[in-house]
Amino acid sequence: MDLVTLWFWLIALTFTLYFFLEGFDFGVDMLRPFLARSEAEERALVGTIGPFWDGNEVWAIAAAGVMFSTFPVWYGTLFSGLYPVFVIILLSLLMRGVSFEYRNQVDQPRWRAFWDWMSFFGSLTPSFFWGLTMAKLIEGLPVNADERVLGGFSDVFTPFSVAGGLATTLLFILHGANFLLLRLHKDTRLYTRARAAALLWGALATGAILLFVVMGYVTEGLFNSFGVLPWLFPVAAGLTLGSIWYGLTRRLDVFAFLMSSLTIVFSTVTIFIALYTRGVVLPSTLDPQYSLGLRESASQPYTLTLMTWVGGIFLPLIIGYQIWNYYVFRERVRPDEGGLDKGYD
Amino acid sequence: MDLDVLGLSRFQFASTSIFHFFFVSLTVGLAFLIAVMETVAFVRKDRAHIYANMTNFFGHLFLINFAVGVVTGIVQEFQFGMNWSQYSKFVGNIFGVPLALEVLMAFFLESTFIALWWFGKDRLKPAVRLASIWLVAVGTQISAFWIVLANGWMHHPVGYEVVGDQAFLTDFAAVVFNYKAVLYFLHVQGSAWSVAAFLVLGVSAYHLLRKQSVEVFSRSLRIGIIFAVVGSVFSATSGHRAAQVARYDQPMKFAAMEAQWETSTSPAPWSAVALINEREQRNDFNVEIPYLGSILAYNRPVGNYEGIIPLQERYERLYGPGNYVPPVTWVYWNFRIMVGIGMVMLLAAFGGAYLWWRRRAGLDDTRWYLRLLLFTIPLPWIANFCGWITTEMGRQPFMVYGLLTTTEGVSANSYTEVFVGLVGLWIVYLALIGLDIYLLAVTARAGVHHKPEVQLLAAPAPNYAGEGFQEYERRN
Repeated sequence: MDLVTLWFWLIALTFTLYFFLEGFDFGVDMLRPFLARSEAEERALVGTIGPFWDGNEVWAIAAAGVMFSTFPVWYGTLFSGLYPVFVIILLSLLMRGVSFEYRNQVDQPRWRAFWDWMSFFGSLTPSFFWGLTMAKLIEGLPVNADERVLGGFSDVFTPFSVAGGLATTLLFILHGANFLLLRLHKDTRLYTRARAAALLWGALATGAILLFVVMGYVTEGLFNSFGVLPWLFPVAAGLTLGSIWYGLTRRLDVFAFLMSSLTIVFSTVTIFIALYTRGVVLPSTLDPQYSLGLRESASQPYTLTLMTWVGGIFLPLIIGYQIWNYYVFRERVRPDEGGLDKGYD
Repeated sequence: MDLDVLGLSRFQFASTSIFHFFFVSLTVGLAFLIAVMETVAFVRKDRAHIYANMTNFFGHLFLINFAVGVVTGIVQEFQFGMNWSQYSKFVGNIFGVPLALEVLMAFFLESTFIALWWFGKDRLKPAVRLASIWLVAVGTQISAFWIVLANGWMHHPVGYEVVGDQAFLTDFAAVVFNYKAVLYFLHVQGSAWSVAAFLVLGVSAYHLLRKQSVEVFSRSLRIGIIFAVVGSVFSATSGHRAAQVARYDQPMKFAAMEAQWETSTSPAPWSAVALINEREQRNDFNVEIPYLGSILAYNRPVGNYEGIIPLQERYERLYGPGNYVPPVTWVYWNFRIMVGIGMVMLLAAFGGAYLWWRRRAGLDDTRWYLRLLLFTIPLPWIANFCGWITTEMGRQPFMVYGLLTTTEGVSANSYTEVFVGLVGLWIVYLALIGLDIYLLAVTARAGVHHKPEVQLLAAPAPNYAGEGFQEYERRN
């Protein structure tokens, strides 16, 4: 494997880890208004992701940073081409990022409610628009001969990209509910409600993802370049999703969480496989010859070699201490005993 | 500045950078101060509770600020691709590397270990907790190093080769040891320490004036003085050197900083106050101090430097036709405000050190000095703001000095997109900066025994004098 290929897949890895990790903390925040019936429960739910969300979010910054250094043309074209989308993602992340910190600083229900809504919309909006961005990566943007993207904000919305956004949002909610089943103390009503939510949102997510996969198959020829039977992928997606349902009804929480994680991993990887097998990083909808090629968009070997050394040292280290972070805060949270400070079994 | 897409993008970049730096300068400095406080708490078991209170109190201020620093950092990174895609494509090979290194070496470290440090109070061994805050502190310095290195490269590009329409990296070592970047790093580091030190000084003085928690704040006052002395000396000396360096690698910026239109005499005077007439390229009024210009530029009372008008001709020969004169009034005045404030900071820091040395315990009772400290809190921030304006406006019209102009670097976005985006960002930034200052002020005034019922989980749990603290004592 040459360095361009390696870095293409490392970018795929950072995006995958980002969606897998931030997927559940977005999900928890989107579920909070539906699950929490009291301030103690609200705190318990925040407490399940309190020590993790910040570290999870850095994977998005890592994905962008790594893209910048190893595929500058891809980075520049995509980020300027989807300018309004990224503005929306940024504004949402700004408000959400401070909401955890600020909600507890002033002891007023209205103040807290305001920040809870900020973290709700701050999770809903980026979930949808990240999903939309990924669908756009497959569908392509109106890139012209100068590597510039034409068209405005309304062109961003197509049936396929909206389906992508919807599927991502619902999948994240399901993933968040599954994560709560691992983090909440089992003898609480909150846990029971989280299980019901997982079943409900799981059903909706299943529908949305199947819709997205079928649309990708029919309108985008998503799996045709894969070199295997294209219908295998819709079937495989259906199977992983079905197994989440199985895990939930059999009360196999870890299994259910693993399966929703795998669904996210597979969906993200599918997008990158599609790009890789076509040899492009950003297809052009105007003319295929304007598409950004994999090789033409990459940095030159010296930069890639350098980045390989850096990545080889730091990526395992980061993954290592992030796992340790999860290990330290492994206990389940109990709302009746005050969330993170106490209340561990 | 015309408010076309280029103007809006510049305005957007400047706002994001300045807002971001408002928060991170405090984070970078305060992380280090808190790590030192926690170390003392760890080593001096007999006084552990005092320093534990101190760490928790300033840690709380740190966290309020940290969250905003993190989120504005995302904007800082994404905007290169969003607003400056031509620039990103041109230099991504080089500029992207320090940026990626910053994320991989620092951002993950900070965001993971800050959570472990704060939430892990009751489940990590004190030594591990101490290591966590040191990792956060080191992470902030690494972060500052790489981003300032990237910025330094834009001011003084080295270790590259232009092939076709892209600049390629040829020598990474040259980029890392770029003298300009190293100087900028020392300067930024010194000013970040000053920001944190003067905040600690001001807050400590506030409580000492009211005789609250004297045992904690008289000690934090002394830690603050040490950091204020180190920080202000660092930023003054490295800043002085950075200006001298600009004289030969960015002569136009240096001339603009001095509003020197024609080549100066030798020995050169130094302009203290000038009424600048940019249209006619002269100063209508100028108060000059003889010899000082040469001393500042060369550390000796002889030597002249080139003026803006001859430099414009030289730049045209070097880089082709165009206007290479930066906004002189902005550069000149921001530079003077920065230097003036730097002097006040040096005085305040050394004044404190002198009082400490001469009067020992009396430092806590020198009320005029404590009152003065209340007013010095915003000074380093203002100086930082002016410093960034000076250095970034001073390099106009270049984005990468001598290599790429700002006009060439901008994305081909539509006016509406950029305008709406900018308005959205400003609304959120203003809200965040307002909330940040408000919450910092409320928490700082409430003091060590502040125990809001609400702060139980997710975000900080400052139970400073309660059970957490007794638990801390029991363990030590």
